Amino acid sequence: MVPYLFMGFGALLVATALMVVLHRNPVTSALFLVLSFCSLAGIYLLLQAEFLGFVQIIVYAGAIMVLFLFVIMYLNLPHDVEHGAHIALRRGIGWMVGALLLLFSLLLARRGWSPGPEAALLPGAEHGNAGAIGRALYSRYLFPFEITSMLLLVAMVGAIVLTKTRRPAGEERP
Amino acid sequence: MTALWSNAIFQVALWATVKVAIILGVLLGVVTYLIFAERKICGHMQARTGPNRVGPLGLLQTPLDVVKLLFKEEFIPAQANKVVFHIAPVLAVFPAIVTFSVIPLGPPPMFVVTDVNVGLLVFLAMSSLGVYAITLAGWSSNNKYALLGGLRSAAQMISYELALGLSTIPVILRAGTLSLVGIVDSQAGTYLIPGTKLALPSWGILHWYLVLPFVIFLVCSFAETNRAPFDLPEAEGELVAGFHTEYSSMKWAMFFLGEYFNMIVICSIMITLFFGGWHGPFMDVLGPVFGPLLGLGWFLLKLGVFLFFFIWVRWTFPRLRYDQLMNFGWKVLLPAAIANVLIAAVWLYWRANA
Repeated sequence: MVPYLFMGFGALLVATALMVVLHRNPVTSALFLVLSFCSLAGIYLLLQAEFLGFVQIIVYAGAIMVLFLFVIMYLNLPHDVEHGAHIALRRGIGWMVGALLLLFSLLLARRGWSPGPEAALLPGAEHGNAGAIGRALYSRYLFPFEITSMLLLVAMVGAIVLTKTRRPAGEERP
Repeated sequence: MTALWSNAIFQVALWATVKVAIILGVLLGVVTYLIFAERKICGHMQARTGPNRVGPLGLLQTPLDVVKLLFKEEFIPAQANKVVFHIAPVLAVFPAIVTFSVIPLGPPPMFVVTDVNVGLLVFLAMSSLGVYAITLAGWSSNNKYALLGGLRSAAQMISYELALGLSTIPVILRAGTLSLVGIVDSQAGTYLIPGTKLALPSWGILHWYLVLPFVIFLVCSFAETNRAPFDLPEAEGELVAGFHTEYSSMKWAMFFLGEYFNMIVICSIMITLFFGGWHGPFMDVLGPVFGPLLGLGWFLLKLGVFLFFFIWVRWTFPRLRYDQLMNFGWKVLLPAAIANVLIAAVWLYWRANA
């Protein structure tokens, strides 16, 4: 049962991820990205990482992508109408990187895949993995965790500073 | 064939399917009469009688409204994004129905579809997906009023989701689990008020550090269901009908259905988190067969009270202004929720180590 579900979610993930890149309408691309996040959450569920799976939906599909959509709709971006040398250069680089990636994955596939050693569940993860993740985050990975939170704080303050335009004294607000 | 019937996975799937079918069927009936109740209650609040012409006491009014909606002409704007325009109403109903699979309607295992160990997160994930329905409906209609309604809803629901999520954390801290079945279990029995002989049911709301989270959750749930006084996405005084301006016939009815489904879901979650779920008196007296049934009864009774409260609030308070709504969400509810997480954490830690 699980291998078939994995194949289904994996195929959905790849297909939707491709559509994100290939579709010309930015809103449709964003919607396919939401779908690909949801299929990724499905794969997490199959790995018995329920906490990660649903947090993936809450954070990425539910919050971040809504903001993306919000911005795209607000700007009312036209369909992909860029032309000229600039876009040709970008396309060329894209094709090259894609070809390299395909080459590497073919080389890897020729060496033969084999599943690695099966990772053991974290201690205490048998009755739901929220507690296990919390324990790991606040003990073993405390330093990376704190660094990440500092990074987010800096980004947040930066966003506020950027949106607050400085006006010379005495100038009227528009 | 017998091998299939005794297969454990097949058994689980079969029972889940049967329960889902029953819940879905009952829900559709409940929503029909919830709308009727809303119109009746609203009528009496405004010194009218409400619908009373179709059928005895007007009871056939809403079922026939459904029939009417099914047969109405459907209009799709020429410049609309057709695919998204069709998907949006489905998204309005789907997340609410999914959430029902984790709500313990009565004592397990009979009245629970499935006990996911992160049940509360399922609810939060699905309510965060609910934003898409309104946002996409507003955008795909190619109508500026609809777009404004959709954008408002995106901003409003994201803002209030934060406070909603944070207000559930003290409950999780107390129960020590994210499973909704576990959270209900943690509210079983009674506790003595310290220093007295007065016993209170161990419901969440009767613990002092869970009162403020309940109030925050209640306010946010009005915003999450887009009901008055937070129905800014449709605000008919300013935006014609907001996000569903261009919708007609059954597609419009799907949004309507979604709103009432969401109302039932959020009331059920509120009961599960703060009002002891299906726990109530006299359940152990009735024995193993009727006891659980009484549990289901207690749950439905509490649900009825909360649904009445939702309707009551809708016809009592005027709509907020948009900037007031945002200020209230970000500058009042969110800091209050964060402060309460800290207070509850410190209190529970102190009590555990005292």
